[in-house]
Amino acid sequence: MGRYVIRRLLQMIPVFLGSTFLIFVMIHLTPGDPIQALSGNRPPDPGVAAQLREQYHLNDPILVQYWYYLKGVLTLDFGTSYSGQRVLDIMARAFPVTIKLALVAFAIEFAIGLPLGLIAGLRRGKLFDATTLISTLVIISIPVFVLGFVLQFVIGVKLGWIRPTVGEGAPLKELLLPGFVLGSLSVAYVLRLTRTTVAENVRADYVRTATAKGLARKRVVTVHLLRNSLIPVVTFLGADLGALMGGAIVTEAIFNVPGVGNTIFQAIKFGEVPTVVSFVTVLVMVYLLANLLVDLLYAVLDPRIRYE
Amino acid sequence: MTPGSPHAPLLEVDDLQVEFRTRDGVAKAVNGVSYTLEQGQTLAVLGESGSGKSVTAQAIMGIIDSPPGFVTGGRVLFRGQDLLTMSVGERQAVRGEKISMVFQDALSALNPVYSVGFQIAEMFRTHRGMSRGESKKRAIELMDRVKIPAAKDRFGDFPHQFSGGMRQRIMIAIAIALDPEVLIADEPTTALDVTVQAQIMQLLRELLQEMSMGLILITHDLGVVADVADKIAVMYAGKIVEQAPVHQIYANPAHPYTEGLLHSIPRVDRKGQQLSAIKGLPPILTRIPAGCAFNPRCPYAQDVCRSEEPPLFQIGGDRRSACHFWEDVLARTGTAFATGTGSETRPSEAAAAPAKPRKTPTTAKPAKVNRAER
Repeated sequence: MGRYVIRRLLQMIPVFLGSTFLIFVMIHLTPGDPIQALSGNRPPDPGVAAQLREQYHLNDPILVQYWYYLKGVLTLDFGTSYSGQRVLDIMARAFPVTIKLALVAFAIEFAIGLPLGLIAGLRRGKLFDATTLISTLVIISIPVFVLGFVLQFVIGVKLGWIRPTVGEGAPLKELLLPGFVLGSLSVAYVLRLTRTTVAENVRADYVRTATAKGLARKRVVTVHLLRNSLIPVVTFLGADLGALMGGAIVTEAIFNVPGVGNTIFQAIKFGEVPTVVSFVTVLVMVYLLANLLVDLLYAVLDPRIRYE
Repeated sequence: MTPGSPHAPLLEVDDLQVEFRTRDGVAKAVNGVSYTLEQGQTLAVLGESGSGKSVTAQAIMGIIDSPPGFVTGGRVLFRGQDLLTMSVGERQAVRGEKISMVFQDALSALNPVYSVGFQIAEMFRTHRGMSRGESKKRAIELMDRVKIPAAKDRFGDFPHQFSGGMRQRIMIAIAIALDPEVLIADEPTTALDVTVQAQIMQLLRELLQEMSMGLILITHDLGVVADVADKIAVMYAGKIVEQAPVHQIYANPAHPYTEGLLHSIPRVDRKGQQLSAIKGLPPILTRIPAGCAFNPRCPYAQDVCRSEEPPLFQIGGDRRSACHFWEDVLARTGTAFATGTGSETRPSEAAAAPAKPRKTPTTAKPAKVNRAER
């Protein structure tokens, strides 16, 4: 197990190098000049522009630029954005907000998707099952920006139950609605996945054995059935947590959440290479770690899986 | 039999009906099965796949998948009390505690994500409310009792880490954990190697001697039955077609189906002769043939077999046969099998038994020539 984890962690090094380089190149290939973008519509002062280009090594070949960047990252110096902020500071502001939002969405997925999926799976073919299946289909079919704007308008503006946009510091209760919108799609997937595996496993021989052992229905379901049915669901949730951490550009834009998605969107717009590359790199790492966590959790849930 | 009467048999299945409602129609998986089991007795239920032998056991346990399966009639009396009319809670108290079951494929019947120790100890923890430590101690004792080597070290191992025979021992340990009065073993050795089969049967035999429980042994393997069972019920297409003490069935079957089954097992005294199989396939349960369900495969079938369903004739003290021509079968098999095992019942004795509602035509021996050729 320990060796497996170490091997997986070592595998992240080439992934880290490859992904940062690709992003670095790609962002350079996007049209527009970052120095020009700084001064808006007016042409920049030639002297200042030349100085800035020198300061950010923009005149060097791209491989050299990448090398400077990599050296910085390895000493946890993500550089400064062209607008003069340290990228590390930008991260320190954006990530906590997104983590909070992701956890709210994650909790909603877990709290709604899992129990409803369990009940639907146990009552396959009954009214409850059909109702949840149809409603999840509706949720899956509605684009996030529609759901987001509609809920914002109805609950935030018309009913006035919550503030329509997220304010300074992004307090938890203001993140509930964005979290719900962000998690809604995954709620539907978690529900369907849980339902399917439960409906499949409820006829399994070991569930029948558990009943034949004289165990109460509640124990049969929670101890014997659910534990086995959780395996694919956990896999999905783990991968989803990685995706949620990446922030949600649409959701964050609708509710004006100052998180990762919003930050990356702004940075791409202004051609802020250091910011974009650093954020995406961190996200790639988060994703890899989330996947590793899922794989390890998999072995915990199913003893037949052993990593050597 | 009044409920709770002290003279009630340990377990009595009375006219049990189970049907499966499928898209292709209603399959009568169990159609009027009755048998009794006394304390310390072993009843073997014999039959091909789909004969309803396992479904009967599942109905006794109350673990039929419903839907599509439904118990539509009959009674299952445990010490005189009908299990089928009990509340969910009462029924649950009987399962595992009074009546328990060993399944065919221990690999799929054991939960793959819990250690075998957990699964055995669970019996003591849920039924007896024992502590973790105490239940573990009892579980290890049980593992010793079913002869699992190094039981203490293997407590925390998972089902997939055991061999097939050892897994079946775990299954048996779970079933006997609470000293049940009835043990149902549903093809306990079918999934195992022949040598391991013998070990598992030996274990069951030893456990039967130590404990006074009744055993229902469900199998399609005649070889497994001979030296364990006291009596045998042969099932075909959801019905019992023959029921008798074990030695009588082997020596002198009274139903052509049983006769065919016995001809299909290798015997030392028939070395060199060809084994005969029963021709055809068991009927599809949604389309059971009219008359006797066995008639399309029966070499002796007459017109009456195709039109009239034979009742289960009482043909001797505790013998029953559902064949219109049971007397002929008895007479035929009396000579055919007499050379094999020591026949304790003369065909004439059994044939002399009273109580048969229909008069038997005496013309019915069309296949005799055919039989003699073998």
